[in-house]
Amino acid sequence: MPCLPGQRSMSQVLIATRGLGVRYGAVNALEKVDFEIEPGEIVTVVGPNGSGKSSLVRALLGVVRPAAGQVIRRPGLRVGYVPQKLAVDERMPLTVKRFLSLPERRGASEIAQMLMRVGVAGLERRQLTALSGGQFQRVLLARALLADPHLLILDEATQGLDQPGTAAFYELIEQVRRETGAAILMVSHDLHVVMSASDRVICLNGHVCCQGQPHVVTAAPEYRALFGLGTHGTMALYQHRHDHAHDRCNHERRDEPAKEPADAG
Amino acid sequence: MLDDFLVRAALAGLAVALAAGPLGAFVVWRRMAYFGEATAHAAILGVALALGFEISVFAGTLATALVMALAVTQLSGRGMAMDTALGVLAHAALAFGLVAVSFLHGVRVDLSAYLFGDILAVGRDELAVIWLGALAVVGLVLWRWNALLTATVSEELAKASGLDPARERLVLTVALALVVAVALQVVGALLIVALLIVPAAAARPLARSPEGMALVTVAIGALSALGGLWGSLEFDTPAGPSIVVAASMLFAASLALPRRA
Repeated sequence: MPCLPGQRSMSQVLIATRGLGVRYGAVNALEKVDFEIEPGEIVTVVGPNGSGKSSLVRALLGVVRPAAGQVIRRPGLRVGYVPQKLAVDERMPLTVKRFLSLPERRGASEIAQMLMRVGVAGLERRQLTALSGGQFQRVLLARALLADPHLLILDEATQGLDQPGTAAFYELIEQVRRETGAAILMVSHDLHVVMSASDRVICLNGHVCCQGQPHVVTAAPEYRALFGLGTHGTMALYQHRHDHAHDRCNHERRDEPAKEPADAG
Repeated sequence: MLDDFLVRAALAGLAVALAAGPLGAFVVWRRMAYFGEATAHAAILGVALALGFEISVFAGTLATALVMALAVTQLSGRGMAMDTALGVLAHAALAFGLVAVSFLHGVRVDLSAYLFGDILAVGRDELAVIWLGALAVVGLVLWRWNALLTATVSEELAKASGLDPARERLVLTVALALVVAVALQVVGALLIVALLIVPAAAARPLARSPEGMALVTVAIGALSALGGLWGSLEFDTPAGPSIVVAASMLFAASLALPRRA
């Protein structure tokens, strides 16, 4: 597999896919995806709309059944999931406290501590529908963390947050990794903020275009073909050492000449 | 006490209110009204089959309601355009049932009893069956309560928590079929769904939690059953529709309440 940082021992891996394919009717959302994540790793999946990012998450969670290949979970794996958005029906009355006790009952002090930890202390009695976007994301994170997860999956978790809110949210995620040792899988298009915090970036477009450390991926022609010149200078935030590590990505699009962005270092 | 037809009717109404309360809340939260209609209308076909094969009407309606509910659940799993599919199934089931009943020669069938209920004719045995069915529904929903709530809030979150949303859907499907069989004699096939959604909708402004909403729904359902029975005697109106009228009036009154935050 291109750009895979060596073969790992399967015992370390929390969750992996082998040749994963996801199909909705006649539409192929994902093809031949090999993916794995180890304890303590922060992995970011980037890709344009419709690239199969959410399909990968749904397959990992087991919400969609793979059309091909398989998803392998370590036995006893606990997953915390923070969805992109959660449309809580107006007709269901639900307080923050009750939501955090779904499906397992949590004690009042446990809930209070977790809300404080994610920065929204004292919201227990508030209805979910009365929360701001930022508060809601933090409550979702609180619920995911209450499960004491080995793996935390965040699907576009900062959608609807402003820039300081997003930065604070990612700071919190890094802190969670430091404190709990949980692996973190993020799906995002907030490229510049997310990627700097990642150990590994996977660039997805129906299949794995390329993957590796952030600076390797941003220099890869496959990545530039996807996100290319439309990023208006955000690429300049990265160190662009052209070490050509991406040459190991022997990929069908490799023979396309990579255009050098004018703003690239 | 059970000798009095009015006491039996009141107890039957209370049993249905008890079962329909928590389930009705889920029907409202998950937008399953049409799903309920299809299941309830299938009961008429069940009546025809039960009379034709000379088995108990309760067993016949329970079986057809269950088959219909499972079929609809299957369809929804395949991502059909649900609104249209359910509309077709709901009315096809009713029409097939009505036609099937007309084939029953020799049996004089009072169809309106099955369409609109016949609560004043509930006997001791039927009352026992209604209560057993109602308690089974309540037990089933309480047993799966937290899992059902989680799956209703989000199937993805439920899955991540190690639950199986498909199993929770099945629990609701079975509970719905049971409620249809239980409520058929009380309000009739055409108005069962009204008893599921109207009290639940009326309860919403009064509740701060899912549990609260389910309890208030039961209370409003019970009030509707007793109020409807009283109205039916007072004004000499049909009992089943009178119960739904009472529930609808309570719903209208609830609209005046401010929603609790």
